[in-house]
Amino acid sequence: MKLHIKGGHLIDPMNGIDQPLDVFVAAGKIAAIGQMPDGFHPNKTIDATGCIVCPGLVDLSVRLREPGFEYKATLESEMLAAAAGGVTSLACPPDTDPPLDEPGLVEMLKFRARNLPGPRVYPIGALTQKMKGEALTEMAELTEAGCVAFTQADTPITDTQVLLRALDYATTFNLPVWLRPQDFYLARGGVAHDGPVASRLGLPGIPAVAETVALSTILLLARQTGARIHLARLSTRESVAMVRAAKLQGVNVTCDVSANHLHLSEIDLTSFNSNLYFMPPVRSLRDRDGLAEALKDGSIDAVCSDHAPVDDNEKQLPFGEASPGASGVELLLPLTLKWAEEHGVPLIDAIDRITWKPAQILGVPGGQLGAGSCADICVFDPRTRFTVSPKTLKSQGKNTPFLGIELPGVVKATVIDGHVDYESN
Amino acid sequence: MTRSLQLTADGQLKHLLTLDGLSPAILTRILDTAESFIDVGEREVKKVPLLRGKAIFNLFFEPSTRTRTTFEIAAKRLSADVVNLNIAASAQSKGETVLDTVSNLTAMHADMFIVRHAQSGAAHFIAQHVEPHISVVNAGDGRHAHPTQGLLDMFTIRRYKGAFHNLRVAIVGDVLHSRVARSQIHALTTLGVPEVRVIAPRTLLPTGVEQMGVHVFHDMQAGLKDVDVIIMLRLQNERMKGARLPSAQEYFKQYGLTPEKLALAKPDAIVMHPGPMNRGVEIDSEVADGPQSVILPQVTYGIAVRMAVMSLLMGPAQ
Repeated sequence: MKLHIKGGHLIDPMNGIDQPLDVFVAAGKIAAIGQMPDGFHPNKTIDATGCIVCPGLVDLSVRLREPGFEYKATLESEMLAAAAGGVTSLACPPDTDPPLDEPGLVEMLKFRARNLPGPRVYPIGALTQKMKGEALTEMAELTEAGCVAFTQADTPITDTQVLLRALDYATTFNLPVWLRPQDFYLARGGVAHDGPVASRLGLPGIPAVAETVALSTILLLARQTGARIHLARLSTRESVAMVRAAKLQGVNVTCDVSANHLHLSEIDLTSFNSNLYFMPPVRSLRDRDGLAEALKDGSIDAVCSDHAPVDDNEKQLPFGEASPGASGVELLLPLTLKWAEEHGVPLIDAIDRITWKPAQILGVPGGQLGAGSCADICVFDPRTRFTVSPKTLKSQGKNTPFLGIELPGVVKATVIDGHVDYESN
Repeated sequence: MTRSLQLTADGQLKHLLTLDGLSPAILTRILDTAESFIDVGEREVKKVPLLRGKAIFNLFFEPSTRTRTTFEIAAKRLSADVVNLNIAASAQSKGETVLDTVSNLTAMHADMFIVRHAQSGAAHFIAQHVEPHISVVNAGDGRHAHPTQGLLDMFTIRRYKGAFHNLRVAIVGDVLHSRVARSQIHALTTLGVPEVRVIAPRTLLPTGVEQMGVHVFHDMQAGLKDVDVIIMLRLQNERMKGARLPSAQEYFKQYGLTPEKLALAKPDAIVMHPGPMNRGVEIDSEVADGPQSVILPQVTYGIAVRMAVMSLLMGPAQ
């Protein structure tokens, strides 16, 4: 398969390219940039006129809902949705049923994913057995099975001694640990940001300190153990300040934010719309703006979709009874473009936060389009806008707070490993 | 969103979900209408034919005796047909969702749902999903709102104090968990009460409660000074388990309303309580049964206020 992506504007943050250039793909690799190599006869040409050509997106948090929650979504539906969103690599957290805590489960997932069109799937293994926060998983074995990091997903370890040992053990094998900081007790029972809006609505609150208290523990343990820690989905301005300070002190941490938290705040909750129920909760306007600025100045390394398809039976409920999360893998690019528009961020920097940076955090190929690198490519029209509706979403989960909102950026084609896995008509 | 959900395009009440965002004119209209229903309860034949042929369903997802009963009496006095559904004990335990229950009842040609639910926002949720001809009245959703209780409290205050613009009102107790307190605060500030105080320990106050337009006091003696109205809130026993309070004894000592503390208020201050009372926990029996207590009249007025709300909600269609 030889592919010619013609007439587009190439943006490749890692290689510092931001100019009109054609891309040539052969045998799953980038064969050349700019000039067609001698004797190159493409089997297929993608007309990218008026489009941006960039590395395929790398999404750090996509729930595929397998195994265990196939009624919410299936591997087929969500991998198609991811490809339609320009995503060529994704990390899936282990909060499945059973959780990804045994090599067999990880191998099965990898096997299923390999045989389907769509992005490369990188499982994040459970840090503790059954994610109970008690006994460690076989991290070395799980790594051989295909896990690229270890996490507790949304179930924090309450026993700090276990957390310390988990970090020490992972560090023995130089395995990264991904943690979403949340103090179990401070967050207990809460469903919304503890602030004036939740107070008015009578929604039990999750205070900002539920995140920062846990974060301070994690940062101190990171400094002591030297563990490679990635902080998933920060939600408060204060958290960002803490991470910034820790990075300056040389602590080995990276962090991400969900695209939802770049745009939403507690103010949006007033209609009790359960599509705005997130973990962590969307917080104050000040927090939202702090996250948006930190992503711009690089204190936050990457944006993820935090894709969580939920079926109607679990979403069409009073706010506090609904399942948290939103379907989002198809909105990662549009929401990042919207953030860039609103904050005057150059396109090359915006694309960096959803391609090269997350690929570095994952430690996987992709995220750049240098000659010889793997041909994971996204072609999108940055000027066309579309209105989010259940019809535009390919994910099985139609639950998103952005329904009815107009967003920029329509994916024209997604190339994964040199194959055109998605092409809009 | 909240506003548009409970009002029609021309500003009439379609549902009553919260008092937050309702205009003083609407609140006053409800109180005035309630005034006209007071004498119905005093007649020998306690019925008016305003809602004859209408089907009202009491949808109680959370147990309640008194609120449900007063809604039932109010509906019957308006000549409506009333069906009581104690859903906590039936459909939900069989796995039926709220929406399934609502569509089943809609198929039985309901005209109005009176909804109580343990989750904040449940009445909004139902109002968003009912057929357009159905009205929803929130009879208490989680910690969020209990608008008819708030209205009957305003009715009581107006009856005893005449007006709102010159009052100092203190709400004492567990504001954090209280939907009643939230509805009272919205109504009091909307009707022009210049000073609304909340008196409680920090563990029983919502974050940022000041932003609802109230003054916070932790010292009850200071908070009760020169007030015209004292509203005591019910304290539930489980607050002791959640480490919000050490004991009922200490709470009573600090925040219970005794004759001595009542003496700090204006001499003609009235004492209110949404019920059910915990005597000796938040209120001394001597105060509860004393001359300044208007706790029983509150219950009586509750019927007239609920009649007013139901007739106004179903009125425009007639």
